Amino acid sequence: MVRSPKPTGSPPGEPRRIAYLYILPGFAVYAAFLLYPLLRSVQLSFYDWDGLTLGKWAGFANYQEIISDVGLRAAFGHALVLMLFFAAIPVCVGLVLASVLNRAKVRGLTFFRTVVFLPQVVAMVVVAVAWRRMYAPDGSINDLLRALGLGSLARGWLGDYALALPAVGFIGTWFETGLVTVLLLAGMSRISGSLYEAARLDGAGPVREFFAVTLPSVRGEIAVALTLTVIAALRTFDLVYVTTSGGPGNQTSVPSYEVYHRAFELGRVGSAAAIGVTLTVLILLVSLLINRIGDR
Amino acid sequence: MISRSEKVANYVVLLAFAAFALAPILTVLQAALGRADAGESSGFGNFAEAWKIGHFGTYLRMSLAVSVSVVLLSVLLSILAGFAFGTMRFRGSGVLFYLFLLGIMMPSEAIVVPLYFDLRTLGLTNTFWAVALPQVAQSVAFGTFWMRTYFRAGGRDLVEAARLDGASTRRMLWQILVPLARPAIVTMTVLVFMWTWNEFLIPLVMVTDENLRTAPLGLAFFQGQYSQGFTLLAAGAVIVATPVVILYLFLQRHFIAGMLDGAVRE
Repeated sequence: MVRSPKPTGSPPGEPRRIAYLYILPGFAVYAAFLLYPLLRSVQLSFYDWDGLTLGKWAGFANYQEIISDVGLRAAFGHALVLMLFFAAIPVCVGLVLASVLNRAKVRGLTFFRTVVFLPQVVAMVVVAVAWRRMYAPDGSINDLLRALGLGSLARGWLGDYALALPAVGFIGTWFETGLVTVLLLAGMSRISGSLYEAARLDGAGPVREFFAVTLPSVRGEIAVALTLTVIAALRTFDLVYVTTSGGPGNQTSVPSYEVYHRAFELGRVGSAAAIGVTLTVLILLVSLLINRIGDR
Repeated sequence: MISRSEKVANYVVLLAFAAFALAPILTVLQAALGRADAGESSGFGNFAEAWKIGHFGTYLRMSLAVSVSVVLLSVLLSILAGFAFGTMRFRGSGVLFYLFLLGIMMPSEAIVVPLYFDLRTLGLTNTFWAVALPQVAQSVAFGTFWMRTYFRAGGRDLVEAARLDGASTRRMLWQILVPLARPAIVTMTVLVFMWTWNEFLIPLVMVTDENLRTAPLGLAFFQGQYSQGFTLLAAGAVIVATPVVILYLFLQRHFIAGMLDGAVRE
C-alpha cells in the first residue's frame, strides 16, 4: 500500500545527531496523545472499571466477553456484513465500471471523476442525515418504489429489523464506490496498450481481455482499495451513531459503536477498551494480510 | 474500434453512476432550498433560520479554529520530522519510523477512551486543546510519513550538493527543500483540513460545552433536537458540508491525487 520511492537503504550523509531535534516536537505530541493513550487502552482493558470508583483487576475477562457475549459477537458479525457492502461490492462494481471507462476513452472523464469522488469529502454526519431522510417512510426511496408500482415494498428502512443493517451498509457502498473506481481507473490507465493488442491478436474478447490483462495488472490497486474500504467498514462510527444508534434492537451495532456506548453510556470502561484494542489488532492484521496477498 | 452503440451504452453507465453519486446530495440541497414545513422561511431564508436556531455560527467558528490549528501545527511538525527521516542517518530511525507508521493505521476508537478519562483527571476535557491535540497527533503520523517520502525521493542529490556548498541544515530545509515540496505540502494541507473538519468521535467525546462543539457535532445534535420537518436540518447539513466541498472543487486534483496516494490513514 505504501509506495516507497526507492528501496535503497538509509538516507544520505554521515550520521547526524541533530535529527532527534527535528523529530522531537512531532514525536512529543504524537507520544502524548496517541502512543501513551494506546498503552493505557491496553492497560484499562484488563480492568473492570466504571470510570469513577477504583477499578478491579479483571485479567482477560473483557476479552473473553467479546467471544462469549452474544451482543458483542453480533456487533463483530455486523462489521463483517458491512465489509461486504463497504469493500466487496464497491470493488466488484468499481472493476466493471473502471474497465468500461478505460476501454471507452469517453469524454467528460474529469467531470465524472469529480462527481463520483464527491461523497468522500462530505462529512459523514451530513451523509447520514441525507440518507436517513431518503430511507424515511415518506422519503424518496419509498416514493420511487411507489412510482414503479412496487409500493408494497415501501417501509421505514432503518427501522426494519431485517433490513436496517443492509440499509446502513448500502450507504457505505454509495460512499466507497467512487473512490474505488477512480483508484482502479488510475491503475488501468497505466497498463500498456501493447498488452491489449497482443490479447486481441490472440482473439480475446472483452471478457477474456479483462481476466487475462486488466485484472492481473491492477492487483496492487485492488489491494489498496480493499485495505482502505475494509478499514472504513471496521471503523464506521459516525454513520451508525447518526442513522440508527445501533438499533432497532441492536441490529446495527458495530464494534466502534460499542466502544462509545460501553465507555460513555454504560460505564463499562474496561470492556470498551478491550473492544478498542481488539479493533486495532484486527485492522493491523487485515492490512497486513491484504498487502501480503497484493504483493504476491 | 468501439461501436457507436457501445459508446452510447458507456455514456449511459457513466451518467447513471454519476446520478447515483449525486442523488443524496441533491436531495439535501433541494430540501434546503424548499419551503420550510414549520416556519415561514423558504429558499435562502432557510439558511438564515437554521443558522439562528442551530447556532451554526458558533460551531463553524470552532471547526475553523480547530481545523486551522491542527493543519498549522501538524504540517509544521511533519515537515521537521519528515525532513529528519528523509535526509539524515541516525540510530533508531527505523524503530521511530515504525512507531509513527502505527499511528496511521490506528482508529480513534483505540485511544479515545483512556484519553477522555486521563484528560478529565487533568481537568482538560471540555477545552479547545482536548479536541485539537489528539488530531494533531494523528495528522503528524500521516504527515511525517508523507513528507519523508517526498524529501527522500527529491532531496538526495540536492542535499548532497547543498552540504558541499556549506549550507546549514536549517537553510537546506527551508530555502531548498520546502519550496520544492510545495505540491506535497498543499496536498497534505487539504487532506488534514478535510479530515479534521469532518472528524466526529473525538469532539463528541471530548466536549459537552455547547460553545466548543464542532460543526458536524452541532449538526448531529441539531438533528436530535429539531424534529419539525427536514428543511432546516437540510440547510444545516449544507452549511456544515460547504467549506470542504468548496475547497474540494477548487483543489480537486490535489484531493484526488492525495487520497489515492496517501489515504492510508482512512
